[in-house]
Amino acid sequence: MSDIQSSLARSGSASIGDQGAVADYVALLKPRVMSLVIFTALAGLIAAPARMHPWLAAVALLAIAVGAGAAGALNMWYDADIDAKMRRTALRPVPRGVILPGEALGFGLTLAMGSVLVLSLLVNWVAGALLAFTIFFYIVIYTMWLKRWTPQNIVIGGAAGAFPPMIGWAAATGSVDLGSIALFLIIFMWTPPHFWALALFREGDYAKAGIPMLPVVSGPGETRRQIVLYSLVLVPATFLPALLGTAGWLYAAGAAGLGAVFIWHAIEVYRNRHGAIADRAAKKLFGFSILYLFLIFALIIAERAIGVAPFGPVLG
Amino acid sequence: MSIAMNESPFSPRDLARRRRRSIALALILAGLVILFFVTTIVRLGGDVALRSM
Repeated sequence: MSDIQSSLARSGSASIGDQGAVADYVALLKPRVMSLVIFTALAGLIAAPARMHPWLAAVALLAIAVGAGAAGALNMWYDADIDAKMRRTALRPVPRGVILPGEALGFGLTLAMGSVLVLSLLVNWVAGALLAFTIFFYIVIYTMWLKRWTPQNIVIGGAAGAFPPMIGWAAATGSVDLGSIALFLIIFMWTPPHFWALALFREGDYAKAGIPMLPVVSGPGETRRQIVLYSLVLVPATFLPALLGTAGWLYAAGAAGLGAVFIWHAIEVYRNRHGAIADRAAKKLFGFSILYLFLIFALIIAERAIGVAPFGPVLG
Repeated sequence: MSIAMNESPFSPRDLARRRRRSIALALILAGLVILFFVTTIVRLGGDVALRSM
């Protein structure tokens, strides 16, 4: 009997559906991921060289948040089989049997279509099209294709998580510009060291579920090397907003300090390869990486809030 | 397991959950109405009533 079947048996009448509580549907939206999406989209919206009516900005953020939630629900629908095998995800509503896969699919599709329509009709079509592409990329390209097929899954799939600031920027300007591509690149380069740090101390889970994460396929040594390499590319990428005239001295100084700490954590992961100390180093990098991305985008927002002028564009 | 025609397959707990979901859905729909209304007013702008006919 599969894990899902046994949880269905435990929950008695779950097979008839219509069982989920409101909190279970909220859990389908991956609220923690959604909060980071809202925050980075807000940074893109604020960094853009165009002002938006505050109400329309709030509508744009709401649509982006719901679109991200829709992608989360569709991901949980498709991945219910592997979620049931991993400790981190086994208690999600679908593997737990409180929401049927079909209910998660219907919920996700409804929210996806609704969020894209709202963003397209009430804000602009460029932002709406980008949101639609992001949901498509996350579900079809990452979840259905790359995730179970290649250890490069989160390298390419990471693009889905990198789009929100670009959507926020497009909501304000109606276009895709170099400044928004720079914000995209920061999250794109951040994703591999972030997820590989997690995969280093959750390697057994991924192996059990048959997901070809880098530590499972190429081993922890190669993963540590790749973490350092991506970190060394990530930190220079964080200076692009300053070089393109999107950010100023406060951001640049903060990015330099935070970047130095990120690389130090990555080197600690590379150096400490065995036992509890290795796990601890990977956990520290994983935890710091979340704080790092939050602070990088918080610096962009803070500069605009306190009126720090961006540098003149050196590139572009 | 067969379910008699006059017997609900849902427990009182299931029905309470369904009721809370229905209330949440009603609130979301009301929110959408307000969202579209206010956005329409915002997009029309303050001088919409003053345009020449």
